Amino acid sequence: MELQAIWFFLWGLLWAVFFMTDGFDFGIGTIYPFAGKTDTDKRTMLNAMGPLWDGNEVWLITAGGVTFAAFPLVYATMFSTLYTPLMLILFALIFRGVAIHFRGKIDTPAWKRVWDFLIFIGSFVPALLFGVAFANIFQGIPFDGQGFYHGHTLKLLNPYGLLGGVLFVLLFIVHGANWMAVKSTGKLQARMAAISQKTWLALVPVAVVFLLASYFATDLWANYFRYPVLFIVTLVNVAALLSIRYFVANKTYFKAWFASAATIVLCTFFGIIGLFPALFPSSLHPDWHLTAFNASSSPLTLKIMLGVVVVFIPIVIGYQIWAYHLFKDPVTEEDLDMDEAY
Amino acid sequence: MDPVFLSRLQFAAATMFHFLFVPLTLGLSVLIAYMETKYARTGDKTYLRMTKFWGKLFLINFALGVVTGITLEFQFGTNWSRYSAYVGDIFGSLLAIEASVAFFLESTFIGIWIFGWKKLSAKAHAGVMWLVALAGNLSAVWILMANGFMQNPVGYVIKDGRAELESFMALITNKHGLLEIIHVVPASLLLASFFIMGVSAWHLLRKQHLPVFERSFRIGLVVGLVMALFTAFTGDLHGINVSKTQPAKLAAMESHWETQTRAPLVLFAIPDQENEKNLIEIGAIPGILSFLGFHDFNAKVTGLLDIPKDERPPVLPTFVGFRTMVGLGTLFILLTIYGWFKRNNLTENPTYLKIMLFAIPLPYIAMEMGWIVSEVGRQPWIVYGLMRTAEAVSPISTTQVFISLTGFILVYGLLGLVGFYLMAKTVKQGPEAAN
Repeated sequence: MELQAIWFFLWGLLWAVFFMTDGFDFGIGTIYPFAGKTDTDKRTMLNAMGPLWDGNEVWLITAGGVTFAAFPLVYATMFSTLYTPLMLILFALIFRGVAIHFRGKIDTPAWKRVWDFLIFIGSFVPALLFGVAFANIFQGIPFDGQGFYHGHTLKLLNPYGLLGGVLFVLLFIVHGANWMAVKSTGKLQARMAAISQKTWLALVPVAVVFLLASYFATDLWANYFRYPVLFIVTLVNVAALLSIRYFVANKTYFKAWFASAATIVLCTFFGIIGLFPALFPSSLHPDWHLTAFNASSSPLTLKIMLGVVVVFIPIVIGYQIWAYHLFKDPVTEEDLDMDEAY
Repeated sequence: MDPVFLSRLQFAAATMFHFLFVPLTLGLSVLIAYMETKYARTGDKTYLRMTKFWGKLFLINFALGVVTGITLEFQFGTNWSRYSAYVGDIFGSLLAIEASVAFFLESTFIGIWIFGWKKLSAKAHAGVMWLVALAGNLSAVWILMANGFMQNPVGYVIKDGRAELESFMALITNKHGLLEIIHVVPASLLLASFFIMGVSAWHLLRKQHLPVFERSFRIGLVVGLVMALFTAFTGDLHGINVSKTQPAKLAAMESHWETQTRAPLVLFAIPDQENEKNLIEIGAIPGILSFLGFHDFNAKVTGLLDIPKDERPPVLPTFVGFRTMVGLGTLFILLTIYGWFKRNNLTENPTYLKIMLFAIPLPYIAMEMGWIVSEVGRQPWIVYGLMRTAEAVSPISTTQVFISLTGFILVYGLLGLVGFYLMAKTVKQGPEAAN
């Protein structure tokens, strides 16, 4: 395979892993104000993702950094044309980050209410907007050969874009509720399993509609019809989506979380495969599409970066798995009593 | 108001705010790792109390440093897309390496450190802090290397209208970047030392928690003294390099207009960029500027008049920034040397302790000034001699930048207040009781 094609799929993989890891943090944050009935519930939810979310968020930084390094023209055009949504996402992430850290620093209801609200905003907004942004990328963004944007920010909220946003939010809620079911006990655990199951009932039709809408609104299916073997990815995706429900019903929550993680990765790859070789298509003219082949870095940079990524990403995955393993047990009262707990 | 000006303002605000938290986390992480190692080795509870107390302050700064850092990475794409497309081949790879080699390590292990007290042995837990400290400083190394490329582009070739990587080795052995690293990383330790000494002084003045704060102060003092001297030394090396590679910056740092040999050092001046002269000039010492710039009293120093008008950096901020940084650097050496002689009876020297308390903001000011000298002094170039800042901006509307800039100022202003309030509260609470 050509170097640029390898990088195209690495690029997709990094975004997929970001959605898979930080996705459940976003999900937990989105259901946080509704599912957390008591302060203990809420603290359990925060401490369930506490040791992990910082490391999860770095997948975004790496996905961004790798876009910059391997496809500078895509990095430049993507973030300047999607200026406003990206700024909203960044501000939301700022709020989430400080809110998780600062909520427990002062023990008054008013203080906590402020940060509770920001935890919700800081999780829901990125979940929604990443979905909207990627659905719009699937459709093509109105920019010309010079990188000038000819659209209107509010047009991003078109039906297909919003459908993508809703799909992401629902996926992340299921994923987050599954993680919470792993990390909690008793009533909270039962509530989380119920949330996962109910949200799943909404997720399935939305996913089906999204797949159908993709046929009319985008060219994503073209690659699949050209190489029907690729339908395997979609079939596995459907199987993963269906198995979530099975594992939750069986109370094997870790498997359910794994299934929702796989669903998120495969959903991302549904789009990535459909896009190939474009990373950032223009809706104005196919000549202006930014592809793996016309927007990449020099072969030398791609080679050196491939070396870096091939050596270090497995190491990162290794110590992150260790961290997940270290904090796999449910959050206990003793954990919440610790001075350092959120 | 144009997008270039607003984007510069936005980037300056975001960087300088980010840099209020980062140096403290860089320096403090090393000092905390040292304290925790002492605890793991000796079992002395005082070291545990120290680790936990400074750890709380560290974490507040860490949180603010991370969230403000994320916006910086993406601003290259949002606001400086022409720049990103032009040098992404080189600059982007340094950022990507920073994320995958260093930032991952730091962020994953900080979570383990916060929540892992009961899950890991004391030694393993201290080891985790060393990883956090190492990774944080490694991040700084890569970021400074990326900045080094903007200051002194090397290892590239212009091809198809953009800069492409020619030699990765040249890129990571860029002298300018290396000199920045050995100046900024020790400066962060210096800042953390002054922070520790200042906060400790507050408690020592009240004669409370003496075991924790006497010991903390001494650690701060030793590290502060060494780093104050080392930072001055590496600053001098850096100056010599700048005078060779960026003559316009050197001239602006000194508000030096006429090219001359035996160039004098002006103690005080008010630069007048419009009329290309100094309004007031007091105390010109012949030969000293030549000596500082080139270690030769007779060296020829290029004046601003011999640099094309449109390639001159803004003189006033560069000049004032440089003088403030050097003046404060000298003060840090004097304060730590004085402290060294009083180290055994600190509580009997309340005046010194008070001075050290009020000295907390000074290293912050020195570091921000250093960035002004470095970044404003590089103007009008975004990549020195290669690309102008004005050519680097994204094709975006002024309104978009204006709104996001307002957002940044509002949100960062509030975060700064909350962060400061929480730090002050944590300081006042003091360490956990001894038991």
